Amino acid sequence: MDLYEHQARELFAEHGIPVPRAEVTDSPKEARGIARRLGGRVVVKAQVKTGGRGKAGGVRLAADPAAAELTARQILGMTIKGHTVGTVMLAQPVDIEAEFYVSYVLDRAAGRFLAIASAEGGTEIEEVAATRPAAVARIPVDPAEGVTPAKAGEIAAAAGLPAQTADTLVRLWQVLVREDALLVEVNPLVRTRQGQILALDGKVTLDDNAAFRQSRRSADAAEHGDPLEAAAAAKGLNYVKLEGEVGVIGNGAGLVMSTLDVVAGCGARPANFLDIGGGASAEVMADGLSVVLSDPAVKSVLVNVFGGITACDAVAEGIVRALDTVRLTKPLVVRLDGNNAVRGRAILDARRHPLVQQATTMDGAARRAAELATAV
Amino acid sequence: MAIYLTKESRVLVQGMTGAEGMKHTRRMLAAGTNIVGGVNPRKAGRTVGFDVPQCVNGPGGAPARVPVFGSVVDGVRATGADVTVVFVPPAFAKAAVIEAADAGIGLTVVITEGVPVHDSVAFTTHAAARGTRVIGPNCPGLITPGQSNAGIVPADITKPGRIGLVSKSGTLTYQLMYELRDIGFSTCVGIGGDPVVGTSHIDCLAAFEEDPDTDLIVLIGEIGGDAEERAADHIREHVTKPVVGYLAGFTAPEGKTMGHAGAIVSGSSGTARAKKEALEAAGVRVGATPTETARLALAVLDENS
Repeated sequence: MDLYEHQARELFAEHGIPVPRAEVTDSPKEARGIARRLGGRVVVKAQVKTGGRGKAGGVRLAADPAAAELTARQILGMTIKGHTVGTVMLAQPVDIEAEFYVSYVLDRAAGRFLAIASAEGGTEIEEVAATRPAAVARIPVDPAEGVTPAKAGEIAAAAGLPAQTADTLVRLWQVLVREDALLVEVNPLVRTRQGQILALDGKVTLDDNAAFRQSRRSADAAEHGDPLEAAAAAKGLNYVKLEGEVGVIGNGAGLVMSTLDVVAGCGARPANFLDIGGGASAEVMADGLSVVLSDPAVKSVLVNVFGGITACDAVAEGIVRALDTVRLTKPLVVRLDGNNAVRGRAILDARRHPLVQQATTMDGAARRAAELATAV
Repeated sequence: MAIYLTKESRVLVQGMTGAEGMKHTRRMLAAGTNIVGGVNPRKAGRTVGFDVPQCVNGPGGAPARVPVFGSVVDGVRATGADVTVVFVPPAFAKAAVIEAADAGIGLTVVITEGVPVHDSVAFTTHAAARGTRVIGPNCPGLITPGQSNAGIVPADITKPGRIGLVSKSGTLTYQLMYELRDIGFSTCVGIGGDPVVGTSHIDCLAAFEEDPDTDLIVLIGEIGGDAEERAADHIREHVTKPVVGYLAGFTAPEGKTMGHAGAIVSGSSGTARAKKEALEAAGVRVGATPTETARLALAVLDENS
């Protein structure tokens, strides 16, 4: 889960990383009050989970509280790379003397975290990394040792950062480890004309798998954008809303992803990704079907199950149960293979629902579901 | 021969006495796996009885009694175990793998899903330093059909043969095993789809290249990371056996995690298209669907026979 800038900023502050004073609001009127509290002159920053805000006009300086209100009004509701701005953060402006870049990222290839740092921070860091890779230091961190003050000194020296940033590097590692983050980034980390080190902007991605030991996560996790995704998450289903017309339900992430591709290859667009998981029960199947059918964009539904741990008869029973509770108005194509497939197919045959048809192969099932969705 | 797992492998199950552990220990026994013990500190000294169903490719049929040890070290000392399969909940996976590595286990298969990445980083690093191979986490494990099954792969959908399979996805492993059931497999390894896993495509490619019982390698990848691109480089330089590939996730939108924690297209990287191009450039034939991939594998075997 990605955090908003203001959430990242709060985490930094909790771990002792200096940040400028700032407050968040969704109301232009309130923005005026905040600006007054912060000393009048403020930076108004759109809170969206995407980069390139500055270039899109989502970060602007306001000279006084009245200008802050006006600027907040202009930025709120803007769309930046498909993200609508719902809140703005107002921050005290800072006299910047130098800008740096620091982050800890997961290096999947090496299976460990990597410190990335550069004395040339700011909005052009991607370009610096691409055109002058030598200006960006990449230093692996031993997971058992972490970033000690000595290690922080090594990172700072390799990147050409002032030695006084070492404390921030140590604390930023603590954010990564203690919050179970997959990414922490400060860009820019600045030195002010007064000689102070400040984290001006930050990005944090938290590991959803660690929610069980990070109790305060649950509140944030609830904020799902799409209502169907929220409903599915509440039922423990792994569901992603897409932009097409063929509803796709399957077992196992790889098989469902593969099914989406095969549907697309048949000239239709998948409406969603829904993985009922391994060992899915009849109830889970019924829940999944009701979620997919409640999407008005869905014109046909494809159930593709390869029974490994999952038993196909349980899946078939789930479908039959769903047919008793959800009124099926769209055609349903089912492909069952693997564990207990024969019994599963017989259960569906016995139900004789006019809108349910079976296919014997994955490709055939996808083709049929695509035809049914595009025929209308 | 097969890779990593044979009928000689002596297997401990960490978390055997839990619900999942019990269910799958029974299935592993049915597949012929030489299960020598379970591990549970609170149930040390007990013995668990299993009624073992007859399995198509395993001996099965006879009831088994499996002793429970208080630690992996005790289990190793008493049985000479060299493999563990981990079924413990996510919060305990890190301790389980570290315990196995410290006990000198050569291969640890972590079935547990939902393991925090910081824990995976810690235990894979720890295990590697002690010479323990980790497969997973969040994986179906591996099976050498007719010999041994360490994990949750259904054993009865295929038979022994000469194809080696390595896959990020459990269900796609099963799908390809099933489609190529008449040819059969040397070993099928589900390495898992998490961002950090103990064993990579490259590790398995190298092992299959060395394995005299493997004639053809099927490689299944998906969006996220660059493991497939790195596998392609490895194939170009080191693999002489034919490789057939399949990739899932061409329709996945950027920024959305598709099921597996590591299956996400971020920015310009990790796309299925980039992976397909890299593999094809390395001479791998890539199928558009699992079924087509199976057909390609059959065609390659025909050409080489």
